[in-house]
Amino acid sequence: MSRRASRPSLPVTIDGEEYLAYEGETILDLARRVGVRIPTLCQLDGLSVFGGCRLCVVQTEGDHRLKPACATEVTGDLEVTTSTHEIREHRRRIVELLFAEGNHICAFCVSTGHCELQDLATEHNVDHIHYDYEYPRNTVDASHPKYLLDRDRCVLCTRCVRVCDEFEGAHVWDIAQRGSESRIVAGLDIPWGESESCTWCGKCVLVCPTGALSFKGRSTGEMVHDPEVIAFLSRARREGEWVGRKEQV
Amino acid sequence: MHDIHVIDPVTRIEGHAKITLHLDDGGSIADARFHVTEFRGFEEFCRGRPLDEMPALTARTCGICPVSHLLAGAKATDALCAVRIPPPAVLQRRLANLGQIVQSHVLSFFHLSAPDLLLGMESDPAVRNVFGLMAAEPEIVRRGIRLRQFGQEVIASVAFDKIHGGGIVTGGVAEPFTTAKRDAVVGWLDEVHASALATWDLLWSVTDQFADEIAIFGDFDSLYLSHCLPDGTWEHIDGNLRITGADGQIVVDQFDPADYLELLGESGKTDSYLKAPYYKPYVDGDDPRPGMYRVGPLARINNAERFGTPEADARLALLRERFGRTATSAFLYHHARVLEVIASIERIAALMDDPELLTWPVRADAGVNALRGVGASEAPRGTLFHDYSVDRQGLITGVNLVIATGQNDLAINRTITDIARAYVHGPDDLTDGALNRIEAGVRAYDPCLSCSTHAVGQMPMVVELVAPDGEVIAHRRRD
Ligand code: SF4
Ligand code: SF4
Ligand code: FES
Repeated sequence: MSRRASRPSLPVTIDGEEYLAYEGETILDLARRVGVRIPTLCQLDGLSVFGGCRLCVVQTEGDHRLKPACATEVTGDLEVTTSTHEIREHRRRIVELLFAEGNHICAFCVSTGHCELQDLATEHNVDHIHYDYEYPRNTVDASHPKYLLDRDRCVLCTRCVRVCDEFEGAHVWDIAQRGSESRIVAGLDIPWGESESCTWCGKCVLVCPTGALSFKGRSTGEMVHDPEVIAFLSRARREGEWVGRKEQV
Repeated sequence: MHDIHVIDPVTRIEGHAKITLHLDDGGSIADARFHVTEFRGFEEFCRGRPLDEMPALTARTCGICPVSHLLAGAKATDALCAVRIPPPAVLQRRLANLGQIVQSHVLSFFHLSAPDLLLGMESDPAVRNVFGLMAAEPEIVRRGIRLRQFGQEVIASVAFDKIHGGGIVTGGVAEPFTTAKRDAVVGWLDEVHASALATWDLLWSVTDQFADEIAIFGDFDSLYLSHCLPDGTWEHIDGNLRITGADGQIVVDQFDPADYLELLGESGKTDSYLKAPYYKPYVDGDDPRPGMYRVGPLARINNAERFGTPEADARLALLRERFGRTATSAFLYHHARVLEVIASIERIAALMDDPELLTWPVRADAGVNALRGVGASEAPRGTLFHDYSVDRQGLITGVNLVIATGQNDLAINRTITDIARAYVHGPDDLTDGALNRIEAGVRAYDPCLSCSTHAVGQMPMVVELVAPDGEVIAHRRRD
């Protein structure tokens, strides 16, 4: 989110409470600012909006469709509902589908205990799933000297793709194929370790919400990501913190 | 008419098994077999996984002895990284394994075997279990529960979590040991040592009542395989292996577990998911039985000259006085287990006094430096081998797990055949007491079936009755 020129002025109702929103603010920004919890997965402060996971869906008055809060800007007099039975059910099913389409065995995962998908499952009471597991035949890319990509645990949130492109400027990552064939690839589908554009900066590993990207040598539960670092970098860049100058508001 | 009696499943064994009794025309036992039908397929789905995941992944083979798999797995991945782990990590791993031996043996003794031993083989099946024992002998059961809790807390002090801990990792352990953990363990020692000694007294006091069982329960010559120090001191995780014969003679000593394939062959039996390893030099042809060896507590006490701890050694001497230098009856596994509980507690006490336990670093850091690595340890039930192959990037390309219960398989079959011959002479002899003795013969080995059937197999599980001329005359499939 960019700097603000003015005071909040747009009246918006969230779950019956009225708030004033900034021009250009998303529903998610506003909700977070006023302390209303909306679950997210692909969204990460500091990165561009992807709007792909649909966990942040909310209901707005007069529209029967559920809208992604991270990708919907507020308008004046908007009435937002963040948590109904239907919304919660919808989110729970998304989480279930994410489990069904990967191979998530938390018991020995590097990220267990520090995993956003796991946390979402807990938050949405996912103790079993209603879908058949796909058991896809995925491959682990261990070609990088420092990092591992385990596609079994990838939820295709594209955080790695975006951070590499938007922050590191290396654009190593892309999503190849479509639909259920989609998978994260490095260097237009070469082993990660052979990618000449990868600078080994590790930002993709830090932002990954699951155990899909990790530091080599980590054992069960030892991979703790640090996605907040991107919000810090984003702010520091915006505010010119590293060059001893603050841009004038 | 040939007849077949199936005791299915064997109760009070972790996992599931089947026993078939084959009667000949005369109605006496021709053969008795122990079959494993549960099937877990770990070796297959480890393929393609990163090596650092293997200790924790393979620990999922079993909820009873996960620490054993963590240890053997971590030793195998240490070998893949070609690292020597730091000394305090060696001590912590030893501690975890001792805790594991205590808790597993105590579970086996108090929960699975004590009902038979203390209530009697002929007692009512409805109460011949840990609940019946609790009603009859609450203090004994309480002692068992406390001992097990101690073992689990020792494990948790290294591996974080009692059941499927992390903590034990490639290159060592995850965290340095602390004085708080040490003090907590020390706080238990007097109580558990006294309980372990009392458990021995109890077992020793009923031993005479089981003279028949001791003679019949798997009392035969076999080889014994286990870790053992060069000077004959009992060992449970580090160093090399020893094999002795029934006469107590050392057959091979100090062979590196990494070379296990040179000495041990594996016969994939067609009627069980359990692989049955044998000692290769004694086998010439298809029949693996001449190479039969036993692993586990009995093998360890037979291979070792001494535990190296006072109270355990004093009682080992009593056992030897009574049953000879080599304990050949499978029934004496129970005694060996209780002795190992005493020895483990005494070893834990010694570790608590070792200042190196509290030092660091505890983890060596390295990448893939070898394409194959073998790790071995003494699981409570016997020697456990993890053999991993990886590609240059450290992804698993092959796994072979050689599990204690598999290694005892040939001996278990022999044991139940002997028992069935002694107690069952025809259909009318299939009394509760006889059937329970057969089950108890299996339980003497404390087989942990969930982890011993890890390899992918193709065959459907069936029970067959084979006539003397080789004709299959009865064929039964488990539901
Ligand atoms: S990424 Fe790992 S911890 Fe997260 S849900 Fe998947 S398997 Fe579980
Ligand atoms: S690797 Fe991680 S960050 Fe990248 S798309 Fe998959 S889950 Fe998201
Ligand atoms: S967080 Fe809004 S769509 Fe993913």
